[in-house]
Amino acid sequence: MIDPNPGARWASREMQDHLRRRHRAERRFRRAGAIAIGLALVGLATLLASIAANGWSAFRTTEIRLDVAFDPALFEGAADAPPGEREAMLAGADYAALVRNALRALFPAVEGHQEVRQLTALVSAGAREQLRDALAADPSLIGATRTFWLTADDEVDLYQKGRISREVAESDRGLSDAQLAWIDALDASGRMRSAFATGFLTSGDSREPERAGIWGAVVGSFLTLVVTLSLVFPLGVSAAVYLEEFARKNRLTDLIEVNINNLAAVPSIVFGLLGLAVFLGFFELPRSAPLVGGLTLALMTLPTVIITGRVAIQAVPPSIREAARGLGASPLQVVLHHVLPLAMPGILTGTIIGMARALGETAPLLMIGMVAFVVDVPHGIRDAATALPVQIFLWADSPERAFVEKTSGAILVLLGFLVAMNGTAIWLRRRFEKRW
Amino acid sequence: MAEPSVVREIASEQPEERHAPQSNPAVKMRARGVNVYYGDNHALQDVSLDITRDEVTALIGPSGCGKSTLLRCFNRMNDAIPGARVTGEILLDDQPIHGGDMDVEQLRARVGMVFQKANPFPKAIFDNVAYGPRIHGLARKRSDLDEIVERSLTRAGLWDEVKDRLEEPGNALSGGQQQRLCIARAIAVDPEVVLMDEPCSALDPIATARIEELIYELRGQYAIAIVTHNMQQAARVSQRTAFFHLGLLIEQGPTEEIFTNPREQRTSDYITGRYG
Repeated sequence: MIDPNPGARWASREMQDHLRRRHRAERRFRRAGAIAIGLALVGLATLLASIAANGWSAFRTTEIRLDVAFDPALFEGAADAPPGEREAMLAGADYAALVRNALRALFPAVEGHQEVRQLTALVSAGAREQLRDALAADPSLIGATRTFWLTADDEVDLYQKGRISREVAESDRGLSDAQLAWIDALDASGRMRSAFATGFLTSGDSREPERAGIWGAVVGSFLTLVVTLSLVFPLGVSAAVYLEEFARKNRLTDLIEVNINNLAAVPSIVFGLLGLAVFLGFFELPRSAPLVGGLTLALMTLPTVIITGRVAIQAVPPSIREAARGLGASPLQVVLHHVLPLAMPGILTGTIIGMARALGETAPLLMIGMVAFVVDVPHGIRDAATALPVQIFLWADSPERAFVEKTSGAILVLLGFLVAMNGTAIWLRRRFEKRW
Repeated sequence: MAEPSVVREIASEQPEERHAPQSNPAVKMRARGVNVYYGDNHALQDVSLDITRDEVTALIGPSGCGKSTLLRCFNRMNDAIPGARVTGEILLDDQPIHGGDMDVEQLRARVGMVFQKANPFPKAIFDNVAYGPRIHGLARKRSDLDEIVERSLTRAGLWDEVKDRLEEPGNALSGGQQQRLCIARAIAVDPEVVLMDEPCSALDPIATARIEELIYELRGQYAIAIVTHNMQQAARVSQRTAFFHLGLLIEQGPTEEIFTNPREQRTSDYITGRYG
């Protein structure tokens, strides 16, 4: 039987309602998705904006221009000393007096021990090192007068950045009224400037915020990651290849697989405790060292790398393996010539994402002592060091107000590294991906 | 069509062999009482089949009849399948292929395979063909390798189409070219037997015709066994045919005989298209 008017069935009121309901559901779902993405983007933008707003000023520092007279009286004997001892004598001279004299020359009215101390407090203690380095580079400075831009104290820096208000009662702020008057005078005479804070990127940690830098933490993180990577990559890839390509599927391998998946979900601090017990307690490796940090993070990252490696290996089409086996390639040749090259983009992506997670990890490093206050930039994997996230944690915990911007600045640096690593992962994937 | 083998059989006076007393020089590979189990599934039941020298043997039958399973037994590709178990005896030149003195990698160099779906490596055309000779150490010098690659591609009828772009990836070729590349790759190691598992099932009629011509040309240089769903193809390219049904070898013999005068009712039903 043929329906005389087939269109009528679809044009009925009931059908039209049904259609409208379907379209409404469709629109609703899309809108919900768009809202979710929008919320996520707003959250991300807020986070980045607040960190950047707080952190950008960490890359700027205030400097004070002083005319420093290298008074020969302060370097007595150094000029005549034999070459071997001269350096030591020059390095041991009273540079604080140089700074003090230069400041007092600008403010001759300042008298009294207390007053002078307040005056010299405008300049960072790091200024002494600036002068010492300048003199070491050019010993002929003795007796001469030179103009230097010396780093200001962190309170002066904060004031110049507008983070200390004059309105606050004198006892509640880090700068006295007298100091504020001197700052104004210096500013008015063009002796204050804001400069790029090279020290923030090149020096190690310090108790004084204006001297504290993240280079020590960057190097510590780098050394830690080198140790982690050199363990995790070969071990993770070998384990993934063995489990996927060689191991028989039986109860034992099932058990191993379940355990690897569980290990990937173990909280990182537990790995820190394990590292503490095994590497420090049993093997007695040096405390606070990138070596131990790297080993501990390797334990933590290994399951992730194995899992992503296995997924990448599974994604290699079986027809390629069959083709190679059918030509008489041995199982090892099949893996080395075909499976691994094809799985490599995925393995590398997984490894880099694992490394990015290791770079951002704090808790396990606290357990093995990489939370120490380390001034020197580490030179090897057995030196005491700290890592970027731990440095952020330490600065966030410091009482000086100037560390607030340092904390945000360090977060910016850490985020920069993470973005760079993830970018590399994407680039590697694009670069080496082959179509089949 | 089967006459030459008969002539040879009469002419030969082979000394008695340990594994196969009734050794026949026309037979390249011999399966005797082969059973294959995939777990509990008895996929192939007590099959005995010869693959003859210089001829094309077609294995036909409906889906799931075990023809591909048997083909994969000849170069032990079933070894890697978990749960697969093979019993019975398969001989290559009277030497058992499951024996201790037969290396499975060497067996696969002697018994090459072409798969259902063209599966070139995602590498250059040259490297695809050169891969087998490389891993088996067949070429000492680069010039030897160049020669092998050219000869193999020429035999596979692909040389003229690809000689100017040997460095391009093999999977950039068309489907039919890819399958001919796979044939070139398989014959680059100079196998004695070439197994083809439905080599044309994913190809258009023109590419199929090209491959069939190729198989026809290659006959005489290798013992070829081909699994096919296509009755006409079996009739066109093969000299001997074996018909499988539900894991049993129903009938085998010269292709002409099977197609014109089958002994078994099931064979004639299948060939005339009653089922399949």
